[in-house]
Amino acid sequence: MKQSTIIWTLLMVFGGLGLISVQLFRGKGEVYVREVPVEAKSSSKTSPEQTYRWSTYQEVSAKEKDDPGISFSYSRTLGLWVSAFCTLAIFSFLYGDNPLYKFTESVFVGVSAAYAMVVGFWTEIVTNLYAKLLPGMARMSFFPDMESDVQSDLLYLIPLVLSVLLLWRLAPKGNWIARWPLAFFIGATAGIRLISYLETDFIGQLQSTIMPFIVFTADGSLLWIKSLRNTVVIVGVTSCMVYFFFSVEHEGIVKYISRLGIWFLMITFGASFAYTVMGRIALLSARLDFLFNDWLGI
Amino acid sequence: MLEILQNLDRRWIFLVMFVAVAVPLIMGTTFPETPSDQVLAVFDAVDNLPDGSNIVMALDYDPASAGELQPMASAFTRHCALKKHNIYFMTLWPPGINMIEGSINILNEEYPETYKGKYGTKYVNLGFRAGNEGVIKLVVEDLKKSYTTDIHGTNLDNIPLTKNLKNIQQVDLLANVSAGYPGSQEWVLYGSSPFDIPTVVGCTGVQAPIMLPYIPDQLTGMLAAIKGAAEYEQAIINHYPELAKNPKAKEGLVRMGPQLVAHVLLISLIVLGNVIYFLERRQGTA
Amino acid sequence: MKRTVPLLISAVTGFILIGTAFIPMFEEWGNDAMAWFNLLAAFAFILGGGNLLKMQLQKISAQQAGWGYAAVTLIAFFVTLFVGLAKVGVHPNAKFPEFSWSGNYLEVGSAFWWFFEYIFTPLSATMFALLAFYISSAAFRAFRAKNTEATILLIIAVIVLLGRTYASEWLTGGFPNEPIFGEGGITYSDFKLDHLSQIIMDDFTTPGMRAIKIGIALGVASTSLKVLLGVDRSYLGSDQEA
Repeated sequence: MKQSTIIWTLLMVFGGLGLISVQLFRGKGEVYVREVPVEAKSSSKTSPEQTYRWSTYQEVSAKEKDDPGISFSYSRTLGLWVSAFCTLAIFSFLYGDNPLYKFTESVFVGVSAAYAMVVGFWTEIVTNLYAKLLPGMARMSFFPDMESDVQSDLLYLIPLVLSVLLLWRLAPKGNWIARWPLAFFIGATAGIRLISYLETDFIGQLQSTIMPFIVFTADGSLLWIKSLRNTVVIVGVTSCMVYFFFSVEHEGIVKYISRLGIWFLMITFGASFAYTVMGRIALLSARLDFLFNDWLGI
Repeated sequence: MLEILQNLDRRWIFLVMFVAVAVPLIMGTTFPETPSDQVLAVFDAVDNLPDGSNIVMALDYDPASAGELQPMASAFTRHCALKKHNIYFMTLWPPGINMIEGSINILNEEYPETYKGKYGTKYVNLGFRAGNEGVIKLVVEDLKKSYTTDIHGTNLDNIPLTKNLKNIQQVDLLANVSAGYPGSQEWVLYGSSPFDIPTVVGCTGVQAPIMLPYIPDQLTGMLAAIKGAAEYEQAIINHYPELAKNPKAKEGLVRMGPQLVAHVLLISLIVLGNVIYFLERRQGTA
Repeated sequence: MKRTVPLLISAVTGFILIGTAFIPMFEEWGNDAMAWFNLLAAFAFILGGGNLLKMQLQKISAQQAGWGYAAVTLIAFFVTLFVGLAKVGVHPNAKFPEFSWSGNYLEVGSAFWWFFEYIFTPLSATMFALLAFYISSAAFRAFRAKNTEATILLIIAVIVLLGRTYASEWLTGGFPNEPIFGEGGITYSDFKLDHLSQIIMDDFTTPGMRAIKIGIALGVASTSLKVLLGVDRSYLGSDQEA
């Protein structure tokens, strides 16, 4: 049997076992909710008092399914199975590229682009542009809580114009005009980064490195471990910076110092690699936790 | 044998990795953790504040990094709740809104006596604003220029917690959980460093080495990757033993089982790969 | 108009924001500029969505290979956009129930929330979870101790990988807390893997990263100055644009 066939068979067996276990552990792979009734009274003081009623639903554990007020949630159970399907479909890429993966990947691209648009629209555009330019209309629609004496801030016409120019980039003609808002964006980024990076990452880091090579206690005795550690840090920073300094030929003493710098950098990258591995594995275990715990209930 | 290993289908490695993570996860293997000094610095920063202090919790991550960061965010939330701190939630990542929802659920379900029905007086959800570091620049100088309302559209001037809050320089601590840009580094660059706002962060393994040089001058402490989360959970349990009964408070600790096996597997793979490499060199094929 | 105005806009904006650090009068202007900056960032999401739409429609109209997937992307995009903008399944704010649009667009239980919780979350989380598999394959095939530098990297990685798990306790937990030589000096327990990995992080990784940070800071400062002074105009693209 071909190696790939064995792998595929194993995955199939695992998938099948998973589904069987869902059946065995009835109540798993199902979502139950508690109904929370909401009763809200009209906020208007002038119109006659009116009461509005609706319900929200709070997810509960399957153990509570027989308690009063708890019901089976079709939408959330469907959601759980859709989640499991999406997870397995993406994992199927490990076997090789396939239509199932491509389908879910396409869905992901569409959903994430729309998600970002919707969030940007409601949080920034409606709240910080629409409500600033048309406070009266904003009060009548989305923000009834807004003070009635708030006036339009016409200064916000500037970002509105810049935003329209930015979107002009999608037009077939005259899209060079999008350079104007882009220039604002680039200029602002350069302006705030220049100061912050110099203050925190240049001066701040140099300040943190300025420390004594030799450290004594109050009674004058040498703290040689602390002294050694300080020396390692100072030598490390200096040698790495010498390595980054390409304006002089790396020959003679400079060559040895820069080589020491490379070693420090290798240690840095080794530790970074280890931490990256740690992170990636944590992400995998969280996903498998979803499959085994939330979906299959093993 | 060497030939088999040289031509090994990578899917076998995938399968072994799957088993290495899945088995300890199913078995629920956990190990005791000893909080490191760095984690204790974070613990102390939250714990040494008087009860009811004001804390900004900026949860800048998405579901893609939740496996690593959710345990940290939950642990921060529980620790703040145990101290009855007032919490201001915000995020610079669009999906962060849903991550905040998870923390608010913890407050309402596990600490109802302090937080349930106390929206606006004990916690507030400011939600998301676009602009990355641009938002940080505003909230540290003029909060209401960026956030005029909370996530529910309520005017900040009508919420007791935010009514008199001009900017977040007035809060007692900034706790940030971050998956990258914008996140911990930006909070240090534009917040904690220029304005001396006491800050603790929890970040991914990828970010951890990048954040190290900021400690302790520009950053009070850091939880690095899932190990940091597990140690922080242990530190909280050590001081508040009642939390030991809550399995949800051990999310990070539970993840350290798969972590151990997977790390050992990865080291074995590196060693095996190098053995093959040296054998190839000896045979003159490399 | 095509080049001079943008150069002027970026220079004025940038220098005002630099001025906020030194001139109190500029602070308010700087905050205004940041508020506009944030709004533009939100419009960038819309630009991104519009661009996606344009590309996918081009793919479909040209019947390029895989155009069916482009159609799937568009359907997913429009459905999510509709349920998010129309606040499908969202209840009004309980304080103002007569204002039907006053509710939170991401209310738990709403259609937009459902898309986030059950489609966006598993897809994005699993995409990233795949990396654990690829890093293990890379560890087997690519991480070779070919020279001194690579050997240092691998040894450090192994120490930190073991030191950050309970393996350090199993392998080196028995090291006694006794001095190797003299009083108050290094002890055997200092060589426990968890302690070694902490030393690596504090005393070796920190200086390495610090030097990288200093280098990046200088790079950012010089690039920013080049942009603001109009020396670097690459962001303006070519003059041939329509």
